[in-house]
Amino acid sequence: MTAHNPVPEERRPRDAAHWARRVERIRVPDASGAAPNVEGRRMVGPLQGFGKMWQKTYKTRLEGVRVAPAVVVETLKERFPEISGFGDGFRMPAGGLVPGAVALLGGLSGVVVLYADDESFTYMTPEGHPFSGWITFSSYAEEDGTTVAQAQLLIRAADPIYEIMMPLGLHRLEDTTWQRALGRVADHFGAAGRVETRVTCVDPRRQWRRYTNVRHNALVLSALHAATAPLRWIKRRATDVGRTPRTRNQTKGGTR
Amino acid sequence: MPQAQVTMDVRKVDESVGVIDVKGELTAFAEGVLMDAYNQASDGRVRAIVLNFEGLEYMNSSGIGLLVTLLIRVNREKQRLLTYGLSDHYRSIFQITRLDDAIGIHDSEDEAVEAARA
Repeated sequence: MTAHNPVPEERRPRDAAHWARRVERIRVPDASGAAPNVEGRRMVGPLQGFGKMWQKTYKTRLEGVRVAPAVVVETLKERFPEISGFGDGFRMPAGGLVPGAVALLGGLSGVVVLYADDESFTYMTPEGHPFSGWITFSSYAEEDGTTVAQAQLLIRAADPIYEIMMPLGLHRLEDTTWQRALGRVADHFGAAGRVETRVTCVDPRRQWRRYTNVRHNALVLSALHAATAPLRWIKRRATDVGRTPRTRNQTKGGTR
Repeated sequence: MPQAQVTMDVRKVDESVGVIDVKGELTAFAEGVLMDAYNQASDGRVRAIVLNFEGLEYMNSSGIGLLVTLLIRVNREKQRLLTYGLSDHYRSIFQITRLDDAIGIHDSEDEAVEAARA
């Protein structure tokens, strides 16, 4: 598609408006330096990660209530910080969770909205995030008419450090986070229903050649940044002192 | 579970290359159809699977996820996965999702099959 030969509206694929546009590097509007681990990074999927590939599906049937899938997803989009449990740690993009929007996570990392339609939306992670992959929130009606809310992850740990953390709590943290989130969805609609979890190791092989992803590790970079804060303070002070104008008593050659 | 709005016909170009013609929508509901098609296309001697996307009408992010899990299965069998027939829009999707890092994209069946045999 070129500027002087646009695809006629009737020939555009139905999903065209639901996908983020391709960008080489993520740009965070109004970041003002607050997103060092997201600004300028590339998006990464499960094929670019280091660790084993996991598909984790968390699902709850909203039993006892009649609610359309589109309403469930709209609620998830509008109230994501609250429902996910991230609260203020999830900075909603100004225009909402629309394709291409960037949401920051607690100053440490972020996610990009890869896809969004009425019944689902998907985040894709940037380099440096603990996971390389996608998480899709969706809702659909089962054959008996019950609406289901679901979160599905297709992820690898991004680098060896995160991969070591997986059995040490990262797996459990993900499970707990999304189980609780779906529980909040059910509570929001006044529905009964427990959360089912299904975890599959899609690929037990690690992609060893991706060990270099560690250079983007957001935890490590943030820790280094914090650890070197005193050095930056000293440098700023030295620069400021160097710029301070001389007073009368300090004038070379004595006073006038 | 809603019905899959997709059909996938399988044909063999030769002993080593199987082609799956995808027509319709690639969403999460297409999983069963896709895996059945792969099982048909892949026998002990097939070394490459070519996905024909000329008939692709719609794909969401779950559909892309299906392609990743298919790719893992293909690689586990020491096979390759290639595609042709992607419109500009869907080529862009493959690039955004970085699927093009691992799945060959070609302009025609002849090109894809030639690459598969290489």
